[in-house]
Order: sequence, then structure tokens, then C-alpha cells
Amino acid sequence: MIKITNEIVEEHGINSEEYDFILKSLRREPTITELGIFSAMWSEHCSYKSSKYWLSQLPTKNEFVIQGPGENAGVIDIGDGYAAVFKMESHNHPSFIEPYQGAATGVGGILRDVFTMGARPVALLNAIRFGETSHKKTKHLLTGVVSGIGGYGNCMGIPTVGGEVEFNSSYNDNILVNAMCVGIAKKNKIFYSKASGVGNSVVYVGSKTGRDGIHGATMASAEFDENSEEKRPTVQVGDPFSEKLLLEACMELMKMDVIVAIQDMGAAGLTSSAVEMAGKGNLGIELDLDKVPCREEKMSAYEIMLSESQERMLMILEPDKENIAKEIFEKWELDFSVIGKLTDTNRLIINHQKEKKADIILDILEKGAPSYKRPYEINIFDDEDIKEDILINESPISILKKMISSPNLCSRKWVWEQYDHMVMTDTVLLPGGDSAIIRVHGTNKGLSVTSDSTPRYCASDPYEGGKQAVAEAWRNLISVGSLPIAITDCMNFGNPEKKEIMGQFAGVIKGMIEACNTLNFPVVSGNVSLYNETNGKGINPTPVIGGVGVVENLDIFSDQNLKRKDDFIIIIGKTTGHLTQSIYANELLNYKKGLPPKVNLEEELKNGLALRELINKRLIDTSHDISDGGLLIALTEMSMKNLIGFNINIEKDNLNSYLFGEDQARYVVAVEKNKVEDVRLLLSEKNVFFEEIGQTCKDKIIINNKQISILELKEIYENWFNNYLSKAS
Amino acid sequence: MKLNVKIMPKNGVLDPQGKAIENSLSQLGFKNVSEIRQGKIIEIDIDADKDQAINIADEMCKKLLVNLIIEDYEIIFDREK
Repeated sequence: MIKITNEIVEEHGINSEEYDFILKSLRREPTITELGIFSAMWSEHCSYKSSKYWLSQLPTKNEFVIQGPGENAGVIDIGDGYAAVFKMESHNHPSFIEPYQGAATGVGGILRDVFTMGARPVALLNAIRFGETSHKKTKHLLTGVVSGIGGYGNCMGIPTVGGEVEFNSSYNDNILVNAMCVGIAKKNKIFYSKASGVGNSVVYVGSKTGRDGIHGATMASAEFDENSEEKRPTVQVGDPFSEKLLLEACMELMKMDVIVAIQDMGAAGLTSSAVEMAGKGNLGIELDLDKVPCREEKMSAYEIMLSESQERMLMILEPDKENIAKEIFEKWELDFSVIGKLTDTNRLIINHQKEKKADIILDILEKGAPSYKRPYEINIFDDEDIKEDILINESPISILKKMISSPNLCSRKWVWEQYDHMVMTDTVLLPGGDSAIIRVHGTNKGLSVTSDSTPRYCASDPYEGGKQAVAEAWRNLISVGSLPIAITDCMNFGNPEKKEIMGQFAGVIKGMIEACNTLNFPVVSGNVSLYNETNGKGINPTPVIGGVGVVENLDIFSDQNLKRKDDFIIIIGKTTGHLTQSIYANELLNYKKGLPPKVNLEEELKNGLALRELINKRLIDTSHDISDGGLLIALTEMSMKNLIGFNINIEKDNLNSYLFGEDQARYVVAVEKNKVEDVRLLLSEKNVFFEEIGQTCKDKIIINNKQISILELKEIYENWFNNYLSKAS
Repeated sequence: MKLNVKIMPKNGVLDPQGKAIENSLSQLGFKNVSEIRQGKIIEIDIDADKDQAINIADEMCKKLLVNLIIEDYEIIFDREK
């Protein structure tokens, strides 16, 4: 038997107070298997010990929410008997260590979270963030992550329809890979993870267990240091073809009335699924690890309990229905094994090779899990404006050319073209716009999906940044004409034991709460990834918001592509020319001080709802939200697809601030001549501020009589990735 | 100098291709088949003497040919030459 030394305890990320609590609760020294179980369950990843206090304050309900946080994924009612099931999750550290497999298994994990609830996955999104483009690892990580996402999603036959790509030095040694999945289920056929029925069987299905990712969950919560790359052998390898079989087998079984409860084996594998399922049902669980299908020989109880082998599920079945399930899983060539049963003891008991390896009261693991209200300090940058002498007197077109050919504003086509974004043939609105739209198969209804975050805003003012991330997701759903319903959040932050980092977290959450409340846009699922830093330097606080909305009638929606010449260009919302923390200021002028634009949520609501009404009344079919890069970037993006440009006249002293400032609550729309009067009328009635700045035209863009051809812009806009990747590093 | 680089998945790392081959073989009636692993062999001709070629090939493996996180490799000389 392994003697538990202080060193071993420390290696498991358990501090001395936590260990004292374990000793006191067990009234003995834990076995190594038990220590592993505590370590996994009490890691940040599973216990949310630093974030729980704050997360519990987020709004989680509105009239559409069927299931909020706490399940495998959130569930919303989308009408006509259907529900949408969705969640976003991080796979940051594994992707930094092995980009292809890390990203692939991140996608695999989030897919399981969704189909374990009975939903067929219909869309994937990925928000990925890398270090600066000149950093030596960036190319390798970028290409690896993008191929990994594509590899897994494409093999599964599920379209990847959206996401974000950002480059920033704060991610140099700690990239972010946040994967989101959206699925559709029958509203009355949702499956949950709460176990019930003493004596029911605990069933293992899917692939075999190997030594993959052992300590993965613990690793994911431990700060990186220079030696972190030595942890490589623990990275798990994804097998999308097995996952496809698992998906189909689960879908087939779910049509029958057989499953009592089901949960995927994700982080902390068998440990977290067994503990959480039994814990939710206030039951006990007894497992015989000799029955677990293993890929390798001589695996210990510790290894089996902590393995993060992919493509596995744990189910609770009534014993007399086991055979129905067994037949289905064997037909799909998957392992099926009854590995234990539910008890009424509230204990987790693990037997292996005729020995009891663990015996822990579940309440100690779950309710006894540490929860910290860590000290925090919300810091915001000083309110400094850009001095006149920094604002070089450069023409808008020259700035525009630099901006659209820069890593953070250029076309993401190179990325999403590698993903199969059309498979299933339900992608109504393709990637590259504000939101993608997916048809609810066989109906004329659609789901709009987006993911958003502006980390530089959060770094300079966490509260405004938190508001902005939620507001931007809402705006992206509005600007295609959909009704925003709810969000999932993936909270990527640094080390919460530092009070300024905890302050970023607290500030962002406070901002999110306010935005979620005002916009009736609650959080239904999510994930927290802390300790994202290398050598003590934190990443920019990055709350990624995944938004889902409903398009009631797929004959009526809007996209961002200008369609006709002589349309009127109208800006909805007020432009003051807020420059600090804009991309123009941060990346072109290299001015990183000052505060981000304020988010006026009442304005957001008013402007957004007015636009939605205009779209739904078929007065507008072309709209785009104004975000990164400001008005001129938004308009230029709208010109690319159909080579329809614009001729605008702007008489302002601060022309460049007006064109590149990032004031919030704004959209730019193009209105057909015969509809413009109605649009003006409705906006005026709703008391919405709007400006008419010009008209659309063919092939070129003209700003105050200076022009450039769209083709010339398109060339530099679409080629940044290819140029970057073809250059020898 | 002609040489081969033999690349195999590391022990313990999941090998989905090996697994698929094993499944198919057993379906075709090949019994007693287990532990199938699939790797690859890369042939390279390096204009250098043997010791140099080994060094160069080793560098190639580390920089491009092998994913050291999940694969092992071996440099093998073509015995006929």
C-alpha cells in the first residue's frame, strides 16, 4: 500500500487545510485511490471552488429555460415541441500541450455533453485564442488546433459554423480553445444525470479505458511552469469514429424508455460521473473495477478511476432492461459492461481485485468540497484619452487597409473553410457573419448561434467588459433578426489566488449579471478555466459568451452582405468616436491605455429590439453589428461578398475616431430606397438614434470622395492567413 | 545515404487506426488477433555519410516527422545498400 506523504498530497493539488478535512471526515488516512478521487473532485475544474460563490449569482431563468446550469448542458424551449441543448467548454491546457489532439478531444467532450442529454448535435462553434503572431509557437498551435477541430467535427459529420480567432501576447504560453456545441431534442425527451432507484445497474459504455489523461483534470487546474511540457504523455487521443458510434447508439437507445440517468465521462472520467450522478440522486454507488473494459494491462484502481479516455459514458439502467441496451451497444461495436449498482448508503465504494480501494461518504466529496470566497480587488485602468499627437493624420483608406489585413480583423475564411460547415445541409447562414443560422431539421424554424468576447475591454474594465461580452452576443443574434434566448459562458481567467485576478472575475460576473438581467438573456450552462497563466503572468480575462437565438420563420432573416446598389446606409445607435481600447488604438497606434466604451444596456435593448422589428417586418435584410474595428470595418466586411460597396460622406472633425471608434449598441444597415421612409418612421417612433451616411454602390468604397476598389481590399483581407502560414518562421 | 524512419504510436497511447484494423480482421474471421498498432515508415535519401545522416534524420524527426508527444521513432538503414 502506498504511504500518503505530504509530498503526494501536495502533488494532488490538495492544500493542508483540505487534507486535514479529509483526514477528519474519513477518520483515517486515505488510500491513494481515494486521494486521487478527492484531488479530481476538488480541483477547480470539477468543484468550481473559487468561482462557485460568484457563478451562483448569475441569472439562470427566463420563460424559455428548461434546464439551467448544473447538468451536462443547458436546455431551452424553442417552440413546437423542440428544445435546444447547448454548452461551451474549455480545453486550453491540453491544446497547448498537443494542439491537434487537445482541440479534437475538446470538441469530442462538448459533443458528448450535448448528446448525453438526448439531443442530436447540429452545430459546433470554437473560440480560439493564440499568442502574438510573431511568437515562436503560434503557427504550430494555430495549425494544430484548427486541424484538430476540423478533424473531429468533420469525422462526426457535424458542421462547425462559427467562433472567434484572436491573437494577443497574453496568450503566448497559454492558448485558449473553447468549444461550443448546440443540439436539438424533443422537449419531452431530455435525459438527465440524476441517478435514481436503489439496486439499479451502473453501466459503462463506449470505448475502453486506457491510461489517457490521467491527472488531466488536476493538470488543467495547475498553473503551468517551464517544465509543463514534460507532462505530455498524459494527453488523450480522440477517436471521432468511435464517438460517432457512441452518438448513434445513445440516440437509438434513447428512443426507448430504458435510461434512468446518463452522463458522459469527461474531466476526471469515471470518478466525476459516478460521484455526480449518485450525489445528485442522494444515493450511494458501488463499483467493481474488474468489470471496467480496459485497453491496457495491469491498470490500477487509481488509474481506472482517473483515466480520461475519451468516448465513454456512464448510464443507470434498470437491471431487467440491461439486455435491450447491451444489444444496441454491441451492434454498434461498443463496449458495454455492468460495473456496479446504486445503493442507499450515500457512499462511494470502489472494489478492485478483491480489495476495497475506496470507501468515501459522497457528501464529503460533494457538499464537503471546498468553496472559497477569495479576496478580490477590482482594478480598472485610468481614464486617459488619446492625446492629439498620437492620432496621426492618416487617411481613412490607408488605415482601413492596414486594419483589414491585420491578424485580428482579417477574414477568418482560412479557418472556417477547413471545417465542414455545410454538412447535414441545414446551415442556412454560413460562418463569417454575426451569427450562423441552423435550420431545425424538417421545419422552417432556425437557431442562430454566436460566440463573443472582447478580452481587452475586460482587462481595462472588467465590469464593462463583462457587460459588453453578453451585449455583443445578444447584438449578433439580433442583427440576423433572431430572438436571443440564452447563453452559455466559458470563463477563462488567471490565478484566482491573486486578488487582482479574482477582481477581474468578480467584475466580469457583475457586468454579466446586469447585462443578462436587462437583456433577459440568462446563463444556462458553462465552464470555468482558471490558472491560465505562464510564469506568473495572467491572460487577459476572457469570458467567452455563446449565445443562442430562435428564428421563427426562415423566410425572414437578415445577413451582413450588401445586396443592391443605391440602398441607404443607416447607422443605428449613437457614434461618439470612443477610441481607447479600440483595435485602432491598441493595435495600430499601439496605445493601450484608457477605458473601453461604456455599454448602455437600455440603449442596447432599445436599438436591438427596433432593428429586430425592422427585420421581421421585412424592411431590412442587410444588417451588421458594429464591434471590433468600428464602423468602417463593419461596412467593409459587408462589401466583400457581393462586391457591393458604399459611398459615404462624413463631416466630422474627428473623422478617424468616428470611423474606427468602438461605441456600443450600434448596427449598420442597408435599406432599399422604397422602404427607407418606413424605416425612418419606425426608428423615430421608438426614439432610436440613427444617422444616414450614404448609399451603396458597385465595386468600390468611397469615403468623402476618396475611393478604393473592393477587390483590392478583398485581396489583402482574405490572404493574411495564407501569407502568414507560408512564411518560414 | 538511404534510410527509413519507422514511426509508431507510443505504448499506451490510443491508436484508433490499429483498433479499426483489429475490429475488421476479427470480423473477417481472423481469430487470435490482438495488440494491432499502426505506424508509418518514411524513406529518405540524405546526401551525407552515415553518422551525419543519422544526426540529420534525428533532427528531421524532432522538428517535423514525429509527434514526440504521442509517437516513438526509430531510424533504420536500408541493409541492401
